Amino acid sequence: MSTLAIETVNLTCRFEDLTAVDSLNLQVKKGELFGLLGPNGAGKTTLINMLSTMILPSEGHAKVWDLDVKKTPSQVRQNIGVVFQGFTLDDRLSGRENLDIHGRLYGLSKHMRKQRIREVLELVELQDKADVLVKTYSGGMMRRLEIARGLMHHPKVLFLDEPTLGLDPQTRNHIWNYIRCLNRDENVTIMLTTHYMEEADHLCNRIAIIDSGRIQALDTPENLKNSLGGDVVKLVVDNEEIASALCRLYIKNGCAGNVHWKKSSIFITIKDGAHQIPHILTIASGANINILSVDLHRPTLDDVFLSHTGRAIREEETSEMGKFGFVFRTARR
Amino acid sequence: MTSLISDLRRNCSIATNTVYTLWLREMLRFRRSKSRIIGSIATPLFFLVILGTAFNSSFQMRGGGDTNIGFLTPGIIGMSILFSSLMGGVSILWDREFGFLKEILIAPVPRFFVALGKALGGVTTAMIQGTMIMLVALFLGVEYQSYSGMVASVGIMLLIGLGFIGLGIALASQIESHEGFQMIMTFITMPVLLLSGAFYKIEDLPMWLKTLTYLDPLTYGIAALRYTLMGESEIPIIICLIVLVLFAATTIGLGGHLFSRTKA
Repeated sequence: MSTLAIETVNLTCRFEDLTAVDSLNLQVKKGELFGLLGPNGAGKTTLINMLSTMILPSEGHAKVWDLDVKKTPSQVRQNIGVVFQGFTLDDRLSGRENLDIHGRLYGLSKHMRKQRIREVLELVELQDKADVLVKTYSGGMMRRLEIARGLMHHPKVLFLDEPTLGLDPQTRNHIWNYIRCLNRDENVTIMLTTHYMEEADHLCNRIAIIDSGRIQALDTPENLKNSLGGDVVKLVVDNEEIASALCRLYIKNGCAGNVHWKKSSIFITIKDGAHQIPHILTIASGANINILSVDLHRPTLDDVFLSHTGRAIREEETSEMGKFGFVFRTARR
Repeated sequence: MTSLISDLRRNCSIATNTVYTLWLREMLRFRRSKSRIIGSIATPLFFLVILGTAFNSSFQMRGGGDTNIGFLTPGIIGMSILFSSLMGGVSILWDREFGFLKEILIAPVPRFFVALGKALGGVTTAMIQGTMIMLVALFLGVEYQSYSGMVASVGIMLLIGLGFIGLGIALASQIESHEGFQMIMTFITMPVLLLSGAFYKIEDLPMWLKTLTYLDPLTYGIAALRYTLMGESEIPIIICLIVLVLFAATTIGLGGHLFSRTKA
C-alpha cells in the first residue's frame, strides 16, 4: 500500500488552444492537508476536476488512493468527496434530505445513513437546521452542509474547491475550524484550492503555488516564506518609472537579497531588514529619489507568490469578488 | 461463474438503488411544490371547461351522441401529460443552473440509471396530475365507459409520459443553457399538442394535415386514452400501443445515452 493519497505524472489538460494544466507532477501524502494556491485561471479547478474524474486528462496519469482516474473512475468516485466551487445543493429539499439522497447514491444502508447524518450534522453544527429547506440557509450554512455531505460516505480524500469564496471573515474562520477538525479527527486527506493566501497559510501542511497550469513552488508555508531569505522591505515611490530605475540602482549596488518592483512599489527581500533600512534609504537619497513610505514585514505567501511569478495574487481580486457576489445572489433566487 | 452472478446482482442493486434515489428526490420536491401542483391542474381544467363549453355552443359534434367535453377530456389529459413530462425532462437544465447536476454526475453510479430515475420521477408526477384531471372531469359530468378503462388509461399516461420525458432529457442533455428552454416550448410542445387530435377529429382533416397528425406520437397517446376512457378511437388500440411503446423505448434510450455524455 502506497503512502501517497494523490499522485500525478505529467498530468495535462488542454481546452482547444489553452493549456489549463501543464505536465503537472504532484504527490500528496495520506493524511495531509494540502493546498493549491494560485490566482483565478491558474488551473486549480481543472486539476481538481481531473482528479475527481469530472473531466478526462488530455495527457499523463493520475492516481487517487492508488486508483487510476482514467481506468477506474467509479472506484475513485466512491473514495472521494468533492465540494465544488459553486453551490450544488438541492435548495427545495431540507438539509437532512440532501444528505440522505447523497448517502443513497453512495450505497449507504439505512442504518448507516441515519448514524452518519447525525455525525456529520454535529460536525458542522447544523443539527438545529437539518429539517429546514436549504433555500432558507445562509451562504455559510450551505457551505457547511456541502462539507458535511462530502463526508457522508467516509471518503479517503476530500477535495474542497475554494471553500470560503464569497463568505464573510467570521464564517471563513468557522469553516477553517471544521476543515482542521475533520482532517485531524476523521483522518481525511484534504486537498483544497484557494486564492486567499492566509487561508493556505493557516490551514495547510504543504502548499503548491500554481500559476499558468504549473507548480511554481511546493513546500510547507514556513519553508516557502523562509526560502525568500529574510524580511521584506517595501518602498513606495512616485511612479513606476522611478521604481524601475531605483530597482536597477539597488541591483547595481549589490543590495543583498532579492529585488522586485511592481507599479510604484519596490520589494527588497533582505536579511535583518530593520538594520538595512537606513542603508537602503541612503542609496535612494544619493540618487535624489523621493521615497513616499517604507514598510518592513516578515515575508507572507503573497511575497512568495510575487517572487515566483512576478505578479501579486490579489491583483484581480476586488473586481472578481464583486462578480462572484452577483452570481451568488442570482443563484439563490 | 459465481463471481459473474454476484457481479450482476451487485450491478442490479446499484441500478435499482440509483433509479429509486432519483425518483425519491422528484417526489420530495413535488410534495413541496403546491403552487406547481395547483398550476399544472388548473391550466388543463381551464381548457376543459372553457373550450368544452365553447365548442358545445359553436359546433355540433358529428357522429352525435357524445358531448364535446367528453371528447375533449382525453385530449386535455394527454396535453397535461405532455406538458409535465417534457418539463420534467427539461428540469435537468435547472439542475445544471443551480449546480445540483454536479452532485449527481460525481456520484459513483451509472448515469443511464440516473436519467431513468429522473424520468420515472417526472412521469409519476405527470400521472398524478393526469389522474386528478380525469377525476375532476368525472365531477364535471363526463361519463367514462368503465372503471377498468380508467385504470388502463393510467397505464397509457405512463407510456405517453415516458416518451416525452425521454425526449426532454435528450434535449436538455444537448442544450447548455436554460435559454434554449423557450425554443423547446415553441417548436416542440405547441406543434406536438396542436397536431395531436386533442381538440379535433382526425378523419375529416385535409390530407397534408392528416399526414402530420399521424407523424405525431401524441396522436396515438390521445387515441389510446379515448379508447380506454370513452370506448372509441379513430386508431386501433393495438397500433397505438405499439407506437407508444416504441416511442418511449427510443426516447428513454436516447435520453439516457445523451445524459451519460453530458457535462456539468
